Amino acid sequence: MSVTDVTDHAVLRLSEVWKVYPGEPPVESVRGVSLTVRPGEMLALLGPSGSGKSTLLHLMAALDRPTSGSVRLAGHDVGAYRDRRLAGLRAYHVGVVFQRFFLLEGLTALENVATGLLYRGVSRAERRRLAAGALTGVGLAHRAGHRASKLSGGERQRVAIARALVGRPAVVLADEPTGNLDSASGAGIIALLRELNGHGATLVVVTHDTKVADACPRRVELRDGVVVGDSGEVGA
Amino acid sequence: MSEVSRMRGADLLAAGTLGLRSRPLRAVLSALGIAIGVASIVAVLGVTRSSQAALLEQIDRLGTNLLTVANGREMGGAEATLPADAGRMIRRLPGVDHVAPTTRLNGPGVYRNDMIPVGQTGGLDVRACDAALLPTLDGRVAKGRFLDAASAAYPVAVLGHEAARVLGITRVDATTRVRLGGHWFAVTGVLEPLTLAPEIDRAALVGFPVAERLLGYDGYPSRLYVRTAQDRVEAVAGLLAPTTNPAFPERVDVSRPSDALTVRLSVAEAGAALFLGLGAIALLVGGIGVGNIMVISVLERRGEIGLRRALGAARRHVAAQFLAESFLLSALGGAAGVLAGSLVTAGVARQRGWAVLIPPEALWGGLGVALAAGALAGLYPALRAAHLQPTEALRSL
Repeated sequence: MSVTDVTDHAVLRLSEVWKVYPGEPPVESVRGVSLTVRPGEMLALLGPSGSGKSTLLHLMAALDRPTSGSVRLAGHDVGAYRDRRLAGLRAYHVGVVFQRFFLLEGLTALENVATGLLYRGVSRAERRRLAAGALTGVGLAHRAGHRASKLSGGERQRVAIARALVGRPAVVLADEPTGNLDSASGAGIIALLRELNGHGATLVVVTHDTKVADACPRRVELRDGVVVGDSGEVGA
Repeated sequence: MSEVSRMRGADLLAAGTLGLRSRPLRAVLSALGIAIGVASIVAVLGVTRSSQAALLEQIDRLGTNLLTVANGREMGGAEATLPADAGRMIRRLPGVDHVAPTTRLNGPGVYRNDMIPVGQTGGLDVRACDAALLPTLDGRVAKGRFLDAASAAYPVAVLGHEAARVLGITRVDATTRVRLGGHWFAVTGVLEPLTLAPEIDRAALVGFPVAERLLGYDGYPSRLYVRTAQDRVEAVAGLLAPTTNPAFPERVDVSRPSDALTVRLSVAEAGAALFLGLGAIALLVGGIGVGNIMVISVLERRGEIGLRRALGAARRHVAAQFLAESFLLSALGGAAGVLAGSLVTAGVARQRGWAVLIPPEALWGGLGVALAAGALAGLYPALRAAHLQPTEALRSL
């Protein structure tokens, strides 16, 4: 297969992916995972801590390259790219949501959402215009001008989700998105993710929260770096 | 083909100021080191240049074409005498414009009145001279008149600036008089200060005829002032000793009083080099301070670095952001330093009565050195930030 395969319609295609961290002994974090995510899916990646789900998420987000095997993101072979092209993949094709939100505290909600387009070379005015739309999409239009530090936990995660979605990436990857929230805020985030999926967004959610997992049509279970269960590709 | 990660210049600048905006006090404090370094460099260069300009102007005004001829062997502070016809001989030299012979009279002191004990001389001398002295020294009378051919024969004195101050004489009128060698002398004038002839400043001047008659003047000059044509100074200086005393030219001491001022120019320069070194050290310390803050900033903002990488920042964008931050920090310090240094220069110049003169190379050089320090200080932290693994950066707390 070539580096770019435009005929591949899968958003993510992992085949025989290994991630080994050097050391004594070497840590085999991900061991031969094969997984395909198709457009419009909402997939939960489950597993106890240390099962390799965060490592897998980083590989899917093109934040890291596999030791062996291939990760294809929107048709691009992640392992074949050097830093700047890899960064380009992240800028254009992936949105990431973190457990700890990672908002820039000195900026407003709107400015934080706009940073989702910062590394595409989009003009500031255009970024703000798109960010306002994305912020409306997560129901926070009224908080656009507030500083990130003035927002509640649930609001912060909504801003982070808007930031991940603002560039309309092929896939949004969420790492324990409800992990730092109380149950009411968490439920709101789950509902929001479902709603966004209903509008066509492709989501992969790493979680060990059963409420989040139950909300996902497809569940992939990971243990010791190996897929031990997959409820099946929707429509496959 | 895939899209490449890119960032606009304006966005880079905004990202570079983010850290400064969120921690303004830290930014100011770390820029302070650079500011102090640059300020001291600018101030040293400015003050030195201003003082040199003032000195040069003074030298220009006083002229470098004044020479003095004295007897080389002075014992116990007394001026030994020169041959009686020295003045006449020197006047014949080509290139000599004015010659003024003077004699320091060893006997008499200068007293305010006849009640003052003889020992309290105040360090003042009595010197005999003629009317040629004033034009030769290019001196001016502050009050009253100088000696002339008519008054030279009478007990009349003109006081040097310092002598008048020591005697407490502030006005010149018909009743102003001083006691010289047991005789009353009427004071007809007080001179302005003479930078090139401080010995005249500290003297009471009387005419040759009255000196001979009342104060024991023997006809031998002890010091001659020679004003030459500007382009003949060296030539005349070389001829003065053999002309003055053909028998013993080595006993004649020829000097150029303006040399003392010229020496002060190079002394000022040597002092400036020392202070410039201190300024450079301050700048170095300031640069290290900025580098230190940047290293801490990179450690503190690992999460932000991870986030930016996840949003699509390439290594170069992260490096550029931190480099921009340290650049801005030191530009801030540099600009403040240039301003402070200029103000210090202006203040010192104003206080000393000099014209303010700051060499332009000190201004852009100060800013340039600050920026260079910022670039150097930011380089290592920026590279460190760029080479942080995104997964590692996101994992850290």
